Amino acid sequence: MAKFSKKTKTSENIPTSALPDIIFMLLFFFMVTTVLREQEILVEQKIPQATQLQKLQKKTLISYIYIGKPKNTALYGSEPRIQANDALLNTADIVQWVNRERDALPEADRPMITISMKVDRDVKMGPISDVQTELRDADARRVLYASVGKVDRN
Amino acid sequence: MARKKNRMSQEVNAGSMADIAFLLLIFFLVTTTIASDKGILNVLPPKLDPNNPPPEIDKNERNIFTILVNANDQLLVEGEYAEPEGLDEEIKLFVLNFGQPDEEASALYNSLPASLRALSQRDPESSDHPGEAVVSIKTNRGTSYERFLEVFDLAKKAYFDIYAARVNLTTDEYRALSGKDAAEQALIDKGKENLPMAISIAEPDKIGS
Repeated sequence: MAKFSKKTKTSENIPTSALPDIIFMLLFFFMVTTVLREQEILVEQKIPQATQLQKLQKKTLISYIYIGKPKNTALYGSEPRIQANDALLNTADIVQWVNRERDALPEADRPMITISMKVDRDVKMGPISDVQTELRDADARRVLYASVGKVDRN
Repeated sequence: MARKKNRMSQEVNAGSMADIAFLLLIFFLVTTTIASDKGILNVLPPKLDPNNPPPEIDKNERNIFTILVNANDQLLVEGEYAEPEGLDEEIKLFVLNFGQPDEEASALYNSLPASLRALSQRDPESSDHPGEAVVSIKTNRGTSYERFLEVFDLAKKAYFDIYAARVNLTTDEYRALSGKDAAEQALIDKGKENLPMAISIAEPDKIGS
């Protein structure tokens, strides 16, 4: 009996004084990794799957172009459209857009500009090849076909 | 008066600090989108100069592995109707055929590991050597992007498999090499040495789209 009473005397609380520190650590991690999306995507984006994915080292070199069917079909029609930054572009405006993006980079990095094409899987090759012709004209020839990893079916 | 003040607890009550931090944490958890910058890298050919037309290329038909994809997403590989399954293996056989290797290509052949040498069939109807071999992908304007990417992906896979086998890595490990330090860059270069990744993407044709 004496033994039992001794046991009950020990404190059974878990020390929680370090809890805020742990939470703050997590908080800082997420604050640092978070990228607030500054632009609204106006076109549908169902990114296709692929297996041979590569990662680029320098993210600053990447400019994004989104191609897909507009979400707001009443306003923009149902044909695939091109979005760069926050507005829909016509194919002919791509050269100008690429030059603007390139000018924003430091001089040494300019030839290495990479266009990440985020294309909806339902888009046909026609509009994509038109975009690529424009990119060739703009001399931005490094293209990244954005895709997500494929899950093996077997 | 002074004594009374000292007796009062001077600590800020920090008990709710965890709750505040939790609230912020949940906010950032919800708003966070981890950006995915993965994809398949491709380098487009330079712009056509109207005054300076590209030189006529007289490559032997046997050195070109043609893949046609029509508007119904059907594949025609080397003139025969095909399915995308196993296309990567066919491309590997084509690239490593060594039908008529010149001196340089013979040296390359001898430097390959046994697993890759076993793929060489020395078929006179297929590519002369990897330096000459070109994989050509031609789509139609009506081909879906998904199917194009699938075929392109398989062509890339064939080459990456070869590169990885040359440096004794798995394909995934080879692709993950970033070239950040000299050792990684050396591995990448060793894989690619004398074996260029020749994937040509022809302009899509307009008929039947």
